[in-house]
Amino acid sequence: MAAPPPPSPPVVQLTQVSKSFGEVRAVDRVSLEIRRGEFFSILGPSGCGKTTTLRLLAGFEQPDAGEIRLLGRRVNDERAYQRGIGMVFQNYALFPHLSVERNVAFGLEQRRRPAAEIRVRVERALGMVRLDPATYRARMPAQLSGGQRQRVALARALVLEPEILLLDEPLGAIDLQLRKEMQLELKALNQQLGTTFVYVTHDQEEALTMSDRIAVMEQARVAQLGTPAEIYESPRTAFVARFIGASNFMTGVAARRSGGQWEVSRPGDGVFRVPDHAAIRQGGEVWIAVRPEWMDLWRPGDVPPAENSLGGVVREVIYRGETIHVLVGLTDGEDVTVALRNEGQLSKPLPWRRGDPVAVGWLPEDCQVLEDG
Amino acid sequence: MSGARRRLLAWLQRRPAARAWALLGPGMVWLVLFFLLPLVIMAAYSLMPRGTYGGVQPGFTLEHYRRFFDPLYLAILRRTVVWSVGCTVVCLLVGYPVAYLVARAGRWRAVLLFLVVLPFWTSFLVRTFAMIFLLRDGGLVNTVLLRLGLIDAPLTLLYTPFAVLLGLVYGFLPFMILPIYASLEKLDPTLLEAAETLGATPAAGFRRITFPLSLPGVVAGCFLVFIPSMGSFLTADLLGGAKQLMIGNLIQNQFAAARNWPFGSAASFVVTALVLVAVITYLRVREPAADGAR
Repeated sequence: MAAPPPPSPPVVQLTQVSKSFGEVRAVDRVSLEIRRGEFFSILGPSGCGKTTTLRLLAGFEQPDAGEIRLLGRRVNDERAYQRGIGMVFQNYALFPHLSVERNVAFGLEQRRRPAAEIRVRVERALGMVRLDPATYRARMPAQLSGGQRQRVALARALVLEPEILLLDEPLGAIDLQLRKEMQLELKALNQQLGTTFVYVTHDQEEALTMSDRIAVMEQARVAQLGTPAEIYESPRTAFVARFIGASNFMTGVAARRSGGQWEVSRPGDGVFRVPDHAAIRQGGEVWIAVRPEWMDLWRPGDVPPAENSLGGVVREVIYRGETIHVLVGLTDGEDVTVALRNEGQLSKPLPWRRGDPVAVGWLPEDCQVLEDG
Repeated sequence: MSGARRRLLAWLQRRPAARAWALLGPGMVWLVLFFLLPLVIMAAYSLMPRGTYGGVQPGFTLEHYRRFFDPLYLAILRRTVVWSVGCTVVCLLVGYPVAYLVARAGRWRAVLLFLVVLPFWTSFLVRTFAMIFLLRDGGLVNTVLLRLGLIDAPLTLLYTPFAVLLGLVYGFLPFMILPIYASLEKLDPTLLEAAETLGATPAAGFRRITFPLSLPGVVAGCFLVFIPSMGSFLTADLLGGAKQLMIGNLIQNQFAAARNWPFGSAASFVVTALVLVAVITYLRVREPAADGAR
């Protein structure tokens, strides 16, 4: 899963890049290195600065401070048309007055390639995005569905064989079933062509599915950068834990250190253990997140001694298909969600009913210690 | 009263056809009475012998149409077409950049649009008279040029083709700017960004994206300028003197001074036919591409 260490200079390098619009800091001292051939996602909620970061890369915006290098070349002062980067837009941005063929040929015509070469390359590009040239060549963009339009936009960018392809929420306007299909196709294209993909999205599932690495952005800064597994299984902050997947948050005071673990006492009642972490100080507050699927339910007193254990009462059982969520009200009033694998409610029904006393158990190493509250 | 009204509304609700007629009715009655009917009367007059003191006599003749093809009148027609085309071209060259600027003016857009429309607040007649004060020998333009020492004697500006063209352009420019503005304003800016990522310089982006997509506005503007300037007579009358007749002046003279209504009608129909042919030819040529030029 993890990409090998970079043998060549990074394809994209942002160093302390900042950009403001009036009073608003859209991008704040962002540094990133993106490797050749990588599928790199910039993930975050709307307004976090991910789109501005992409527009800085494309050359539509100029940074106020910092340095942008593409393929080792400093491009701060280069306009978009000088950078030779491909881009795919959320609203497709197909030229409405040109046919599919002329849309895809646009960049080649701009480079004054001979007509015969253009013809061959356009056909090949359309084939690459799985549009039959014979059927679609002469269509106008208005005659295409959303998915087809995005394929044409992709072909239009890829036909120039760019080193770097920027994608700004390209699947945002496409319905779910097709989106899943195109996610896999994009990933396949990335691997097959060796093109570096920089993908902006607010959809965490999409980012986890496709990316080699993800930069999670929050309020104009990079909150965390890592592989999907690192981001999901070891979020550094509460924001990341909350934004990527669901989490149960717990807090307490670091009481005692023993055997590479800290014992944390909860404000109300109970104690849990967490792995040692640089952010923990004796007597200081500790924040952790635990994924619902890493917790389990036991009868009170049955939790294995190696696991953390907190007592409570079942408040709700929610049938979700793949999983069953059990909402447990802990004795101090906090709620946690435990996700259990659905092994078939008709043949092997869950033994828990609303109002049953239970114990929530989880392994100390499954606690994600957060750097903030 | 209110019961009858409710019943009428309910009845209209049930009958979409009746509703359409109720909405179209007033406008159609107006157009039939004050546009179509006079047009029919004029068509009939243009084919009847001339009355002695205006009006027509019973009968049928093609004499008036034949008369129009006299070199004298054809010269006037040619001049009218040349000036109207000239006016349209100048309006396009001056108006397009203005429309482009207004469409990209951000928060100043409303103010600029207001300025474009501002001349309409004054009557066209008054504005044309104002141009006389600007252009005459002792007018503002000559005075300033003399004071600056750029010229020794006043330039003859008034009562020249230049003055007429200036007046026509001034009068019709907003009709060019507004439709072009409308088509530029709805242009999606990401199209130009997409063109840039495909290697198009801003100039190429304008040539290959902005301009083609603004063509519907350009065409509408050209029609809105060309058609009324073909029929204009006030500008030629006031700024061209009696020397530079346009076809509109000829028609006006025939109805008023010369009291030759049938000939005036015939001349009107020749102009109308000319404009119609131009418009239809354009639409025919344009039709196949219309689908793409959304």
